[in-house]
Amino acid sequence: MQHLALAELNSWSNALADLGIVGLLIIPAIPLVFIAVYALYYGVYGERKVSAFMQDRLGPMEVGKWGLLQTIADILKLIHKEDIVPKAADKFLFVIGPAILFVGAFSAFAVLPYSSAFIGADLNVGLFYAISIVSLEVVGILAAGWGSNNKWSLYGAIRSVAQIVSYEIPAATALLCAAMMAGTLSMQGMILEQAGPKGFLDWFLFQSPIAWLAFIVYFISSLAEVNRAPFDIPEAESELVAGYFTEYGGMKFAIIFLAEYASMFMVSAIITVAFLGGWLSPLPNIGSLALNDWTNGPIWGVFWMLSKSLFFVFVQMWLRWTLPRLRVDQLMFLCWKVLIPFAFLAFTITAFWEIYVGRW
Amino acid sequence: MQDLTYQLIFYFFAAITVISAVFVVFSKNIIYSAFSLLFTFFGVAALYVFLSADFVAVTQIVVYVGGILVLLLFGVMFTNKVTQVQLKTDVFNFIPGLLIMLATLGVILYTFLTKATWKLSDQHISESVVEEIGFEIMSTYVLPFEVIAFLLFAALIGAAYLATYDKKPTEK
Repeated sequence: MQHLALAELNSWSNALADLGIVGLLIIPAIPLVFIAVYALYYGVYGERKVSAFMQDRLGPMEVGKWGLLQTIADILKLIHKEDIVPKAADKFLFVIGPAILFVGAFSAFAVLPYSSAFIGADLNVGLFYAISIVSLEVVGILAAGWGSNNKWSLYGAIRSVAQIVSYEIPAATALLCAAMMAGTLSMQGMILEQAGPKGFLDWFLFQSPIAWLAFIVYFISSLAEVNRAPFDIPEAESELVAGYFTEYGGMKFAIIFLAEYASMFMVSAIITVAFLGGWLSPLPNIGSLALNDWTNGPIWGVFWMLSKSLFFVFVQMWLRWTLPRLRVDQLMFLCWKVLIPFAFLAFTITAFWEIYVGRW
Repeated sequence: MQDLTYQLIFYFFAAITVISAVFVVFSKNIIYSAFSLLFTFFGVAALYVFLSADFVAVTQIVVYVGGILVLLLFGVMFTNKVTQVQLKTDVFNFIPGLLIMLATLGVILYTFLTKATWKLSDQHISESVVEEIGFEIMSTYVLPFEVIAFLLFAALIGAAYLATYDKKPTEK
């Protein structure tokens, strides 16, 4: 299986790149279309349904069968809306804020592997790039919050940035554990290190006695990085109206939400790649029943990658409708006094484990 | 065709870097200067990519965009009065400034043209340089690395000390 995966590694994206300019435009277009469809259906519609079922409601039911056309109607409404820029706002920053935000969220998709055969760019610093490009979103949030010229927007932006900047530390330290186990920062390289006939037992999560700690630390920090509940104090509806996007309406609002859903998928994909084997099948080979070999391949890869990542997006929604919001001081306490010490602990133990034991 | 495309992309990024840097200097609004710095940093990161220095490019984004630029913007935003001030970009101290500029330029050009030993190669570096960087830091340059780590640690303790509440006994 190892040789099979190596032979077909990046074959689709390489074939597209060989087509010249057209192919090079198709490669980024695929994640873009994916983000749009996923945000529209899994993001907006899915979130409304999930929240509805958790609160014993039905959710959108009117437009189309089970309300399936509701998001289409919503997006049509948003496109039709007049593009309003508040009079007191800083015109330039107000307009450019959502654009920078979306570019930041979308840039990370360049290094996400969708399958063994398709990745935007298999950089040898892929993981490092993915966690660093988030800082572009920070600048976009600040531009939006400042440009709105509204105290709620500015407070939301400042809270959001303080939160993202602080939580980058435990997130990066936790991901370093996975990078140490893989010995590479390349996304495809990390996944290939987790390949094996034992299926899910070969994933990094089960390859060291402390990987679960790094996994949990990263998961919690990733929630804070994408401003999801219980860390949604930047948009806390009961305190700040809607945080940094209070003044936005129409398509600019839609783009901010697109960026938020794109980041949710991005952190879920990173957690999948770093700890849960990316596009590898979870099924083990049992004797002559070679389930692992049968369920691995480029097409299966797309299926496993998407289902694992979308599962974590679902967990994010689940938490949002279950947990109450943290206070600002609790948020900083959790980051600096709980997550960072545990992340360093996981880091140190992983380093010793990799030196003296390695893979089992 | 391939070379031409690369050259076009290179000049595109070079233009972004220079134009935004000029804007940083000449803008009258300090917030616009700070945001314009974003494009300068990204342009420089893109130029590092053209030098096959992927790791340095990403580090540039982490340190400058994620750290320094955000700190600058925070500083500007928390300073209430600073945005109302119209920055003056008049010419002060023309002669000393010109002398310092020419001297710096001269030193850089002299070093560039005579002293520097550039290792030229027509091969693209294709393999990963991350391992090499890590190995060099942990062997040849371990002393500077540890000194910087110690300095940052001291800075962290200092920042934490400054940020603590005044624990003065409250008078009743």
